[in-house]
Amino acid sequence: MNIDEIKNSNNSSFTTPGKQEYTITVYTENQIGILNRISIIFSRRKINIHNLNTSPSEVQGIHRFNIVIEETEEVLKKLVRQIEKQVDVLKAYYNTNDEIIWQEMALYKVPTEAIMEKAKVERLLHQFGARVVAIRKDYTVFETTGHREETDKLISALEPYGLIEFVRSARVAIIKESMGFHSKVKEFEQREPGSEVIENEYLDKQSEVFTM
Amino acid sequence: MNTLELEEEKKAKATSKKTINVSGSVALLEILMAEKVDTIFGYPGGAIMPIYDALYDYNEKINHILVRHEQGSIHAAQGYARTSGRVGVVFATSGPGATNLVTGLADAMIDSTPLVCITGQVFAHLLGTDAFQETDVVNITTPVTKWNYQITDATEIPSVLAKAFYIAKSGRPGPVLIDITKNAQIQKFDFEGYTTCNHIRSYRPKPIVREEYVVEAARLINEAKKPFVIFGQGVILGSAEKEFQNFIEKGGLPAAWTILGLSALATDHPLNVGMLGMHGNYGPNVLTNDCDVLIAVGMRFDDRVTGRLDKYAKQAKIIHLDIDPSEIDKNVKTTVPVWGDCKETLPLLTKLIDKKSHEKWLQKFEELKERETEACFKKDLTPTSDALSMGEVINLLNELTDGNAVIVSDVGQHQMVACRYAKFKKSRSNVTSGGLGTMGFGLPAAIGAKFGAPERTVIAVIGDGGFQMTLQELGTIMQNNVDVKIVILNNEFLGMVRQWQELFNERRYSFTDIQSPDFVALAASYHINGKRVSKRDQLKSSLKEMLDSDGAHLLEVIVGKEHNVFPMVPQGCSVSEIRLS
Repeated sequence: MNIDEIKNSNNSSFTTPGKQEYTITVYTENQIGILNRISIIFSRRKINIHNLNTSPSEVQGIHRFNIVIEETEEVLKKLVRQIEKQVDVLKAYYNTNDEIIWQEMALYKVPTEAIMEKAKVERLLHQFGARVVAIRKDYTVFETTGHREETDKLISALEPYGLIEFVRSARVAIIKESMGFHSKVKEFEQREPGSEVIENEYLDKQSEVFTM
Repeated sequence: MNTLELEEEKKAKATSKKTINVSGSVALLEILMAEKVDTIFGYPGGAIMPIYDALYDYNEKINHILVRHEQGSIHAAQGYARTSGRVGVVFATSGPGATNLVTGLADAMIDSTPLVCITGQVFAHLLGTDAFQETDVVNITTPVTKWNYQITDATEIPSVLAKAFYIAKSGRPGPVLIDITKNAQIQKFDFEGYTTCNHIRSYRPKPIVREEYVVEAARLINEAKKPFVIFGQGVILGSAEKEFQNFIEKGGLPAAWTILGLSALATDHPLNVGMLGMHGNYGPNVLTNDCDVLIAVGMRFDDRVTGRLDKYAKQAKIIHLDIDPSEIDKNVKTTVPVWGDCKETLPLLTKLIDKKSHEKWLQKFEELKERETEACFKKDLTPTSDALSMGEVINLLNELTDGNAVIVSDVGQHQMVACRYAKFKKSRSNVTSGGLGTMGFGLPAAIGAKFGAPERTVIAVIGDGGFQMTLQELGTIMQNNVDVKIVILNNEFLGMVRQWQELFNERRYSFTDIQSPDFVALAASYHINGKRVSKRDQLKSSLKEMLDSDGAHLLEVIVGKEHNVFPMVPQGCSVSEIRLS
């Protein structure tokens, strides 16, 4: 087999063809149950969600989800259409990491004495741009914000000094190319209800209707 | 005017508005009447009692059909929706009442049937406490509903119900479930009248039609030498039967149907070339892999239609008309997607296509039909064996009803035979569980189908296995005098599974021989007349007797035990590898 044949072969044991990290951005109405409606679209297809963040958006009353998964673009297209099909979803997009600006925040809990006694640690934290969030007698909590690789590196750097606890937030991402969602929402709202509105006749026929 | 005066005026306006103080339950029934609901299929229980109490006073205005099991209520509502084109309405109580709806919801979801199901729920303050008959029905039903919502306050009832009806019937229809806590049913509130909903900000029932795709699709059709149309229920759901017929007639386009598209085009239309899929007709399956342009209208390329995907119509350019954008490219890659309601897109397309007739291409379908006639039709429709065949029963029904009846089928061999051989003149005549393949669908769906089309003859064709899954609904037929004609095709087997065991598992008939009660005696115990027939010379007269009878009638036909349904595309094979025997 030459290289081209290997590339073109469907045998997935060679590579995972086309799978990469995608960030899905979903704008929804603020409805109870919408998180479930969205998450079962992934679990039904046995797709693992790497991380998920929900927050308000720039438009009042509209929520924004950031969902990170690893899949092929083919699958992403289908997923996003299924998400958009949900009644309470206004719009969904998917983007590769190049197309977004994104950050994740991490917290690190380290024994205070390690920092007090070892100048190396202090340097390390400087180098990673970590910020002190809390200092107690027995532990200190640092925070960094950045990409996964950066926050991961600091974990391994701190491990020898007795890292007690670590937590990382879900991704928050902004789409580079997007012109914001304001205009889209306006578009959605412009579609005024038509003339089909029928007022109920009930109020005029109260006496007939009520037999109780 | 100072601010105080303004306030006063506002108040005066608010009170002058005609409102009435009613309970949530009464408001609900008023809303159903405003939505022109004439029939409800339901079953009462603790958590829905306030609604049933209100219903007591609406007895003359709304027809409530008491079923024998909640699954029966939802299948009946599906049958009603399918024949009438309206929204089917279901009442059920909390807990087991609600969970019994799940099969029907899944069925309605996959077959795009508009339903509004109202379930009772425990008092709001008991939610999450494992109260008696409490179940998390909103979360259980999320994957099998187009939309669902829990109401805990009566003031929400008008706006939520308006949304429910709008969502259920607009765009690609589907089931909606509204769970109403008992306190909201009892709670009195100022009901200001009901306004139907026709707009939800986040919901687009129809995609915007893109003219450039219509133009491109027309170009492909005009250049095609061997164009082939395949159509599904979208044509019926969009009430686009006439538009569809104009389209294929102008283009001289042969058209084949999916099981849910059946009856959208009259069976004897010269361009109707038959059924697609695993047990479809020979010609349409083989020629799928021979056509140069495949035009899919309101269908979703189910695996039972496509067979092996990587060998499906690879030579053809594919045009897909669908109202649901998520169907485009889901299974089969489309060359030209024509998004939109086919009621709108078909006329646009018809305008742009050339008037043509593809005589030679049509002839190919005819030739393959001859082969199927020799291999299958003769044996199925005019058998010479002693045992009766399912096909001859359907054939006689065609003759006796002149193709005017509604045929409701269950799931299995008899379903395939009924769909293959039933002849229809009118749309909305075929009711069957296509996507989910729900055994037990037939009998309750037939009850609903009759309420949906009371002027039409409704015949339920059911196997001995499926009948035993929901036979309790004979009680519903008895109590409501529902005029359904029931034909049980009894082969003393779970026939479709047995057929697979014969063909693929070396006749290891693992748990497919099934015993049945005396169906005729069973019907008699429900005061339903019935008869059993196993001889050919009595078959036609027995079917005639059934059709001529007043009210419900059950005819059990003993058919050959080990008959198989052919043609067949074995699983994992391409549609062109369809077997005739």
